[in-house]
Order: sequence, then C-alpha cells, then structure tokens
Amino acid sequence: MILYWKIFVAFFIPGVLGYGGGPASIPLVENEVVGRYGWMNVQQFSEVLALANSLPGPIATKLAGYIGYEQGGILGAAIGVFATVAPSLIIMVFLLGLLYKYKDSPKVQRMTLYVRPAIAILLGLIAYRFFAESQAQIGWIQMLLIAGSSYLLIERMKVHPAFVILISLVYGGLFLG
Amino acid sequence: MKTQWHLFVAFFRVGMLGYGGGPASIPLVHKEVVGKYQWMDDSDFGDLLALANTLPGPIATKMAGYIGYRVSGWIGLINAVMAVMIPTIFLMIVLLGSLTSVQGGGWVEGMTNAVMPVVGVMMAVLTWQFFNKARKGMGWVQTILFTVVALILLELLHVHPGIIIAALLAAAILRKEPKDEDEKGAVKGGDEG
Repeated sequence: MILYWKIFVAFFIPGVLGYGGGPASIPLVENEVVGRYGWMNVQQFSEVLALANSLPGPIATKLAGYIGYEQGGILGAAIGVFATVAPSLIIMVFLLGLLYKYKDSPKVQRMTLYVRPAIAILLGLIAYRFFAESQAQIGWIQMLLIAGSSYLLIERMKVHPAFVILISLVYGGLFLG
Repeated sequence: MKTQWHLFVAFFRVGMLGYGGGPASIPLVHKEVVGKYQWMDDSDFGDLLALANTLPGPIATKMAGYIGYRVSGWIGLINAVMAVMIPTIFLMIVLLGSLTSVQGGGWVEGMTNAVMPVVGVMMAVLTWQFFNKARKGMGWVQTILFTVVALILLELLHVHPGIIIAALLAAAILRKEPKDEDEKGAVKGGDEG
C-alpha cells in the first residue's frame, strides 16, 4: 500500500511541475526515482532513458509506466501513468470547456488570434531542434536528403505521414545504424 | 462504437509513430484530428495547443485526452489516452525485460536519427500554417511584431512559454472594445507615411 502511494507521489510531482511537455519532466522524474526513493541508480536510469528515447510515443508516460511496473507490477504501472497524466488533463478539460462556452465573444476570439504567433514560434523552435540534432547525428547531406524528400512526399504528393515515417525508419535502420 | 474505433486508431498511430517524445507527435495529432477525421478545425486546434502548452504535464496525453473528451466524452478521453501510450509502454516493458542490451544498439539509433528530419519538416509546415493564419487575422505588421517579441522572450531571455501565453491571453481579455475604427485609421496612416 505504501509502495503504491510512493509511486503515485513520485509521478504526480513531475506531472504537475513538468512545464513544457514530457521531456521537461525527465529531470523531475530522475529526482524522485533516483534521488528520493532510490529505486534505481543514475546508470540504470540513463539506460532506461536511452531506451525510452529510441522507442516511439510520449516519453513521460513511458518512464512512468516502466518504472511503475518495475516497482509494483501492472498496478504500479497503472498508478504511475495515472499520476502523470490525470491532474493536468482534468484541468485542461474543464478550462477548455469554459473557453468553448464563450467561443463567440470577441475577447475569446482575440485570445485565439494573439496566441497564434507564439505557438508558431514554439513549433518552429521544436522543428529547429530536430534539424539541429539530426544534423549533428547524421550530417548535413543525409539530413537535407531526408528532409527534402519527406517534404515532397507529405506536402506535394500528399502521402500520409505514417508511410513516410515508416520508410524513414527502415532507411535509418538499414543505412544509418 | 465506430467513433471509438476511429479515436483508437488515430491515437494509436500517433503514439506508435511519434519518435522523439511527446512534442514530436504534435504534427501527427494535427494530421489525424484536423486532416483525416476533421474532429476540429485549425483554429480550435490552435486554441487547444496554446492551452496544452500553458498547462504542466506531458503534451501528447493532454492533447489525446482532451480531443477524445470532445469527440465522445469521458470514454473517448480514456480510449484516446490509452491508445496513445499503452502500446509504447508495453513495448518498453517487453524490450527492457528481455533484451537489456538493445539501448544504443546501432539500428535503433539509426531509425531515430532518420525519423528526426521527417518530424522536423512536419513541424516546420505546421509552424508556417500558424504564422499564416495569424497574418490573415491581424496583418503582417502585427504578426511579425508578435513573432519577433515571442522569439526574443523565449530564446534570448528564456522566459517560460507558459508565462508568455498566459500574458497574451490576459492582454486579449483586458484590451478595450471595440477598436475597429482606430485600427483602420492607424493602418491607413501607416501606409501613407
């Protein structure tokens, strides 16, 4: 019982304090899991993190699910994931419900408008980081080749991004390993 | 039933293809939700993204959960959140349980490296769409001004994005109505000068 409570607290705190999406909560998870509860050492944590990074899907829930499972089985995994996801999701559902209620008021419409350039910048910065990171890993030529062909496929030839991602995964597994 | 299946498939794809953590899945969510199933339009998606960015916690599950809720209530919420995260958590437990030496393994790393530029391109296209929508709504001058100020605050002064978005929302609420005539006058004056 005490173990499950600890798992809940260990992932509730990163979930509530992790501003900036999943990756922002990684150091917070480490602080709880390695620092406070000593469930794994730094070396083990970095191995888990490395694998979590190579797999698809949201990072924070992968960590919560895996570490929760290690400590407390399936129930532990469920509690870890719930603690990570539920608090901010519930706030979001209620806030957006309120927003849509006043959807047609000019103030709410202006909110949408004002926020757009900031969102564009945030997305643009993420895009930039992806390009920079991949350039550091595989060099300019590979990076531009993949980026250029995926632009043509997705935007010009309207291929579903799922296919393009799958093709790139196969290409990377075969030629960039 | 069909709706639930669509929700599941949409967010299953997002989860399984979202290499590079939660933020990498934003353009995938956009593709499914606005493009394929048309559960919301671009402007609703923008509001959602802004609010999701302002609140703490993982971004992919916040988006999945909220969209699931909007499409079909609490069951939709649970369905979408499960679809986006369970398969990858399961993969992780199986892989770490059986072959612990897979991490850093050449081909896995190659896959991650090759997928990054693809996600980068999708993210850049989404960036342009947001910028373009802003320009249509409030003109070049104001859009560029807002964009440059946001860039400086974020990158040079390292202000937290949540604070910037909260401030923009507050400015939108507090600004006095209606100002249409003033704005037209200002634009006209600017052109002549």
